Amino acid sequence: MSEFLLLLLSTALVNNVVLIKFLGLCPVMGVSKSVDSALGMGLATTFVITLAAGASWMLDNWMLQPLGLGYLRILTFILVIAAVVQFTEMFIKKASPGLYQSLGIYLPLITTNCAVLGVALLNVQQEFSLFKSLLYGFGSALGFTIVLLIFAGLRERIALARVPAAFAGAPISFVTISLLALAFMGFSGLNV
Amino acid sequence: MIAAIISLTILGAALGIILGVANKFLQVEGNPVVEELTAMMPGSNCGQCGFPGCSGAAEAIVSGSAAPTCCPPGGKALATAIAAKLGLTVDLSAMSNEGPKIAMVAEELCIGCCRCSKVCPTDAIIGAAKQVHNVFREACTGCESCIEKCPTEALVMRPVPVTLQHWVMPKPLAA
Repeated sequence: MSEFLLLLLSTALVNNVVLIKFLGLCPVMGVSKSVDSALGMGLATTFVITLAAGASWMLDNWMLQPLGLGYLRILTFILVIAAVVQFTEMFIKKASPGLYQSLGIYLPLITTNCAVLGVALLNVQQEFSLFKSLLYGFGSALGFTIVLLIFAGLRERIALARVPAAFAGAPISFVTISLLALAFMGFSGLNV
Repeated sequence: MIAAIISLTILGAALGIILGVANKFLQVEGNPVVEELTAMMPGSNCGQCGFPGCSGAAEAIVSGSAAPTCCPPGGKALATAIAAKLGLTVDLSAMSNEGPKIAMVAEELCIGCCRCSKVCPTDAIIGAAKQVHNVFREACTGCESCIEKCPTEALVMRPVPVTLQHWVMPKPLAA
């Protein structure tokens, strides 16, 4: 049990997918203008990453490896991820039109979010079991959501602050997120 | 190679079927009136009405926040058609029926003040300070926001000139 907890902790905080591995930066910069849409984006990405991690594990272990088709790995993973994202988009459009409007173009762009493909490929590399790879995907997505939420909160504060003209807009956001990355490096001292 | 082709085909077909079924069950009913109006509009998404594209304008007209006359390229014909569809009465006296227009710079009047290029939403006006400005015909949406900024009235709206890019042969006379 503690092994699984440690895996979750290590993927969410210590090896954070955004701030330590630098995957999936586009939605972090793009959808972090308000906490509400950041939460929606985080939940949608969590759903996609967890489902894609499980589906890609099954495909890899039950189809690609027995048939010796390892060279088709990226192709099949992208196919599965695209299908999962399409499904998520349909679901959100049905369930919450407001969220669908506020996520806009970033929702279909989850397909090209490198964190999704990155997690699926890292799963294969580390030869996890199915449950562990689901947990790995969920933990990474949790880390992604946490960073997105913290960063959206910070940006909401920055929007009210007086920023020097040369730093206004994107530059101050990049400075902020690099400071956040420095803070997250502190978790590597946990040694899990 | 055969295994790769077959397995990817099966995978693609399976995912396609799943998405097709999901699409059936998660279908969102759009407002049919909005969709009909969108089909009636010119569809060039020129932005002269001030809404994001023709579908945005159609939504605004249906919800009542815009008049049926808000589409300049559609002209009188579109306004009457929309009004008939929605059962509204429209005041057509303010509508001109001259087809789409774009901005043009009268070069003998332009003093190169750059005020027009600053307000252009599509960056269609080229020109530096104290140089005569000009308008990119392809980029101008005819929004008219530059017209009132010009201190010398050098900017005027003119019908879109016929160029080699969009000239079409006139239809033959009916017998």
